Amino acid sequence: MAASLRSNSRHHIRGHAPASDLTEPWPIRLALILGTILFLGLFLVLPLVAVFAQALAKGWEAYQSALCQPDTVSSIWLTLLTTAICVPIGTLFGLAAAWCLGKFDFPGRKLLLALLDLPLSVSPVVVGLMFVLVFGRHGWLGYWLESYGIKIIFAVPGVVLVTLFVTGPYVARELIPLMEAQGTEAEEAALVLGANGWQTFWRVTLPQVKWGLLYGIILCNARAMGEFGAVSVVSGHIRGKTNTMPLQVEILYNEYDFVGAFAVASLLAGLALITLVLKTILESKTAHQMALAQVSGPETTVAINSNGAT
Amino acid sequence: MFGWPRVSPRVLPGFGLTLGLTLLYWSLMVFLPVIALLMRAAGIAWDQLLQTITEPRVLAALGLSFGGAALAAALDTVFGFMVAWVLVRYRFPGRRLLDALIDLPFAMPTAVSGIALTSLYAPSGWIGQWLVPLGIEVAYTRLGVVIALMFIGLPFVVRTLQPALEQLDPELEEAAVCLGAGRWATLWRVILPTLRPALLTGFSLAFSRAVGEYGTIVFISGNLPMKTEIAPLLIVVKLEQYDYAGAAAIAVVMLVAALLLLTLIHRWQTGYSFLRA
Repeated sequence: MAASLRSNSRHHIRGHAPASDLTEPWPIRLALILGTILFLGLFLVLPLVAVFAQALAKGWEAYQSALCQPDTVSSIWLTLLTTAICVPIGTLFGLAAAWCLGKFDFPGRKLLLALLDLPLSVSPVVVGLMFVLVFGRHGWLGYWLESYGIKIIFAVPGVVLVTLFVTGPYVARELIPLMEAQGTEAEEAALVLGANGWQTFWRVTLPQVKWGLLYGIILCNARAMGEFGAVSVVSGHIRGKTNTMPLQVEILYNEYDFVGAFAVASLLAGLALITLVLKTILESKTAHQMALAQVSGPETTVAINSNGAT
Repeated sequence: MFGWPRVSPRVLPGFGLTLGLTLLYWSLMVFLPVIALLMRAAGIAWDQLLQTITEPRVLAALGLSFGGAALAAALDTVFGFMVAWVLVRYRFPGRRLLDALIDLPFAMPTAVSGIALTSLYAPSGWIGQWLVPLGIEVAYTRLGVVIALMFIGLPFVVRTLQPALEQLDPELEEAAVCLGAGRWATLWRVILPTLRPALLTGFSLAFSRAVGEYGTIVFISGNLPMKTEIAPLLIVVKLEQYDYAGAAAIAVVMLVAALLLLTLIHRWQTGYSFLRA
């Protein structure tokens, strides 16, 4: 019936398995494509558009002045501070974890790999509670810390600590499969040629995994800036002091200051969009590095390095 | 203690340093808090723990968190399969853009998704104004909770199914066609059974993310005790009342569930990355 409209059946020869039998008739294809576009449009795109529309509902002036409120400004600073502390630590830890888990095999490795995912599968609220139980006034260390005048829960250090917890796995998770696939031949060659450990790491390993590393850092950064549940438990919501941007969104929203709430939210949504763009770019680059590592021996991988260095 | 890198070459330096650093950091940052929670819960008398967990309000909240997450993950698996299928199998303008957008719920801070979804589905919102006259109320109901949980779970299903669909051997389908199977029969008898591990993994990843979700839900649910209150919110409520034992009791249930899910997911699939390689 619709044979002439089938897109990829050039010559319909009986007896062969024609390409058209390996796909759906065009009305079903069209319906599925339109259904997907409609579903994703309503489900994913519309919420994103709503954020910006609500933020600008009362015009550009209102949007700008909403962002200049002192409490909002200080929440932006706290988010930037938290991110500036957590992302480098997460990166450093991720590199260390990826080195021992991705390049070596040892008893207990599988268990450690599984436990690495723990922060991503525990409810953020439970994470917050756990830190309250360690550092809170009635917690293990709270009383002792308080005698030295150190306050962690309902203060900035608590916000930083829980953010470290939830962002811990991102860099390691991206690097481990990549390092595992690349093996150790290139590093061994460098060592045999007289490079020391650090030189090997900087000149051989790092160039091989740089896109994956950057990708992990971007995911880590997005989570650090956007974490809500865990931070909300330990921050105490002290205005202008311990509120991060997501918490400021909540407070303004609950006070019916919708323009204010959506204005801060629009900054975070902008961050999410930037994250998506960078992610898409890096995804193809890491997939490329991964494919090379899987297909080729160490020779090609080393050749890529010298290309990358020039 | 252990026989260190027995299998791997010892040539590569830095094993001791990096493993030590990893274990130190992980013990301080992750295990210490987890043990603090377990000890706190262990300090509660058994019958008191049981009593807290079987309180009607707690049971309702746990039921909504687990039941809502299961329903949302199941719906995500259905819709996610359609999306993954279309993105992998068909070529059409805008496909790459849609593909990039799949990760939006993952990249968007939960509080932002929460207020955005609430404003859309509120009776005066863009979608709500069409649904409310039809008698469908989403905002501040259990339906809203499920929709928000679906929103955050979708990328996990799609991103697990995409590589599995791409790697599906075309010869399987060709063989099915040659043996006289139609498209439906091929889908039900060949494609779906082959994809079962990926479907299971996607479902459990979405479920595990949805069970503990807090940020997206607090805005859209309305937080009515016994009706739309989720378990993580109840932990927050108990903490605000300084009921640490009650909060720890609920948290332990959720922690154990998370650990069980983690074990299952790792058994089904080693390592999961947002990177589709």
